[in-house]
Amino acid sequence: MSAHLLTEITIFILAVFVGIEVISKVPTTLHTPLMSATNAIHGIVVVGAILVAGTADAPLGAIVGFILVVLASLNVFGGYTVTERMLQMFRPKAPAAKPQDGGAK
Amino acid sequence: MTEALATPVDYAYLVTGILFIVGLRYLSSPKTARLGNRISALGMLIAVVATLTQGIVNWYVIGAALVVGALVGIISAQRVKMTAMPQMVAIFNGAGGGAAALVAAGELLKVYNAGNIPTYDISFTSVLSAVIGAISFAGSIIAYLKLQELMTGRPITYPGQQIVNAVIALVILVAWGFVVANYDAGIAGGVLTWFWIALAASFALGILFVLPIGGADMPVVISLLNSFTGLAAASTGFVLSNNVLIISGALVGASGTLLTVLMGKAMNRSVTNVLFGAFGSAPAAAAAGGKKQQTVRSVSADDVAAMVAYANQVIVVPGYGMAVAQAQHSIRELADQLEKRGIEVKYAIHPVAGRMPGHMNVLLAEANVPYTSLYDMDEINPEFDRTDVALVVGANDVTNPAAREDKTSPIYGMPILNVDKAMNVVVLKRSMNSGFAGIDNPLFDDPKTVMLFGDAKKSIDGVVAGVKAL
Repeated sequence: MSAHLLTEITIFILAVFVGIEVISKVPTTLHTPLMSATNAIHGIVVVGAILVAGTADAPLGAIVGFILVVLASLNVFGGYTVTERMLQMFRPKAPAAKPQDGGAK
Repeated sequence: MTEALATPVDYAYLVTGILFIVGLRYLSSPKTARLGNRISALGMLIAVVATLTQGIVNWYVIGAALVVGALVGIISAQRVKMTAMPQMVAIFNGAGGGAAALVAAGELLKVYNAGNIPTYDISFTSVLSAVIGAISFAGSIIAYLKLQELMTGRPITYPGQQIVNAVIALVILVAWGFVVANYDAGIAGGVLTWFWIALAASFALGILFVLPIGGADMPVVISLLNSFTGLAAASTGFVLSNNVLIISGALVGASGTLLTVLMGKAMNRSVTNVLFGAFGSAPAAAAAGGKKQQTVRSVSADDVAAMVAYANQVIVVPGYGMAVAQAQHSIRELADQLEKRGIEVKYAIHPVAGRMPGHMNVLLAEANVPYTSLYDMDEINPEFDRTDVALVVGANDVTNPAAREDKTSPIYGMPILNVDKAMNVVVLKRSMNSGFAGIDNPLFDDPKTVMLFGDAKKSIDGVVAGVKAL
């Protein structure tokens, strides 16, 4: 193993500890948004996708690169959108205005 | 060797890593969670923009792919129903895993195409990314098919399952070894063929390891696959020497693992038992042989309306049945009616209710139920003795007192919601079929339990009408 890889593994391990520390503070009520948020974060693989696809040899490399970037960006955009949609639904006690109440009576 | 100076792109990646951590930190409260998600998205934007400055030649390919991915991702995320959220998360997760596997493949191809031999570090970590990424991709597809009910949610088992899996795992290890040793063993196509074999075998393993896992165990599987994709992303970070990939992948891996362990604990089962136990198949077979007749009391919606309308406190216990029937809005309406009468309504959420961690919370949030009315198992369990009516909506095994009392029960030891301590229990169920695990639930023939059969949404609507009429 190169010294370089060892440094990277060190970074990895420290990040795991940071992850455990931060995520154990997330309340159970937010566990689905948490999954979806971390889902969006692993979309960071889009960076790798762009790096690999951006310099791939045509035509086969370009086709694989295209699929690759589509998959990764699907993950990123879909992940953040769905998390945002979920989080805007979480409200504290009794909102002042209840619009759907009017018709219900 | 002289150290190269850090480039602006490196700094940008550092900022991204920090923003991801801060973003997750803000998820610790529902008040700041949205801000957290946006901080994390900003981090992602910075990383993507920085990467685009990195000598890209195939602009049109990248541009077109980003637009397609963004459009499909955003539109499907906007349209998906909240009840279908576990499937959606599975799909996005699979996409990430597949991307990670292909990134590793692409990078390895590049090295070979340039006529070089990869270093051990590169070959080892690129096979690692490919293996974990492909398992996550294939496993997520099966999880999606199960959740979307395009295939049976029951465990699929066959004789020799573990042996087949073990053989595939062995194939992966051997192929991995050949790639790292850069030894083609006389195979056509050279060392790269071994890489493709490892990739294909991992894909097969991903399919086979999710097949025997039943629907009710999905919270564990979804969390685990999430963790896998994170680790695959981190591993591509090793391949590309990219710190932001390593940090982000580690964060996601940690989060997924934490949730997996939590879900396992909530079912009093180890993660290995969930993965390899094929839970539900054996007890179902046993139950078919000697199932004892249960005597239950079936009542009408109006009877239930009278019960809840004169209660002091009602606890709603939602389960997967609520999601299937889309009953969350009707439940909220019932709660509104009851609160108008001065009745306290609380919601008891079991950690594994539904098909993913926190599934019930999201559905109730969608129906405008304030999160302050939702209670964890430990918070709510002492309250049941003081509760007039426990309203169980499409939950079964998580309320089964056998888990507490019957040492022979397959779910003995699983922490449950103590609904049987309430003065009255109303169970909403589609029919008298036993729960996922095929286990009798003694709660149903408890003298203080009544059953309201039918679609949960229609039943609750009936109760709402009944309460209004009183």
